[in-house]
Amino acid sequence: MKQLLDIAGVFAYLSLLTVGGGMAAFPELKTLTVDTYHWVTFPEMLHFYSLGQLAPGPNMMMVVSIGAVVAGLPGAAVALIAFFLPTGILTWAIGRLWTHLATWRWRPAIQSGLGSVSVGLVLAGAIIMGRGAVTDALYAAVAIVVFFLLLKTKINPAYPIVASGLVGVLAHWL
Amino acid sequence: MSETSSTADPLSGPRPSLGRIFWVFLVMGATSLGGGVVGYLRTGLVVRNNWLDDVTFVELLSISQTLPGLNATNMSILVGDRLRGAWGALLATVGMCLPGATLMTAAAYAYGIGGDDPWSKAFLHGIAAGALGLIVVVMVQLGSRVLKGIADYVIVLATAAAVAFFGVQVPYALIAAGIVAIWWHRPRDGKAHDARPHNPPVGERHHE
Repeated sequence: MKQLLDIAGVFAYLSLLTVGGGMAAFPELKTLTVDTYHWVTFPEMLHFYSLGQLAPGPNMMMVVSIGAVVAGLPGAAVALIAFFLPTGILTWAIGRLWTHLATWRWRPAIQSGLGSVSVGLVLAGAIIMGRGAVTDALYAAVAIVVFFLLLKTKINPAYPIVASGLVGVLAHWL
Repeated sequence: MSETSSTADPLSGPRPSLGRIFWVFLVMGATSLGGGVVGYLRTGLVVRNNWLDDVTFVELLSISQTLPGLNATNMSILVGDRLRGAWGALLATVGMCLPGATLMTAAAYAYGIGGDDPWSKAFLHGIAAGALGLIVVVMVQLGSRVLKGIADYVIVLATAAAVAFFGVQVPYALIAAGIVAIWWHRPRDGKAHDARPHNPPVGERHHE
């Protein structure tokens, strides 16, 4: 029961940090699940995070995986509800209000300001993720190739990401 | 966005049933492989079902990106609410989340069985490097739309450095940088048309 409460608290808190996307919460996700609660190791968390990018739907479904690792199916359910309910209610309430604020003078300021901050938080998340994911020149090359491929083409990201996994397998085999 | 676009009823025909909303979002939640949920949302909501027009879609997407929460679920809530109120929002969100949540629960159990195998570790390590490439692309595309002046870049670098190198907790960074950034963009007289909110192009990659 204590564990379920911890899961609920951690993921409800993390959900409020996902301004501009799930990656904004990545630094705190690592701190809490790896360093504070020791639910998963950093490589395990990276693996779930990356698998979550391949899964359909919202790309932070890895919170469900961590919930399941900690406390089985109840853990998965609690993680899911905790991660989506608080921000869901907030979005629902503010969404109704927001459309009535179309001409409010501060609205563009809030959108532009939070836009810059969220890019900064995503960058911080990417740096922290890179410390775990880019362990040598090969993986740096993989990340760079995927980056340019996705930037320059309209290819579905699932293909190059699975291909990256196969590069990892190949490197292990050689 | 003009005021009419945000207050007008987006629907031309009769309102869809709750079951229909659940089903359409469930299909999108199950088929949006590879992280491009926004593209799938537009196809499902604007093109196939005609539940929204493009102007409203982009408007709702910009709200989704400003508020906490993921784009995919925020969009489900905003669209579901417009179609059928609170129940519409709830069922749209549950439909959107259910397939991915089921898969990632299964992934956790599979990982418990095979996660220590060196071959699966090698595969997952490769996937992590690829996913990093995806995240940086999404960041660059978000940045190219959102960042307009030197001050914006300063805010990005200061926020990132504080969190990644000086261990500042995300909420403090978010609040401090948020206040500075919003103040920087505060409404000023005579700059009225600079102050339009950025609108996300639909074809872009998003981090939902």
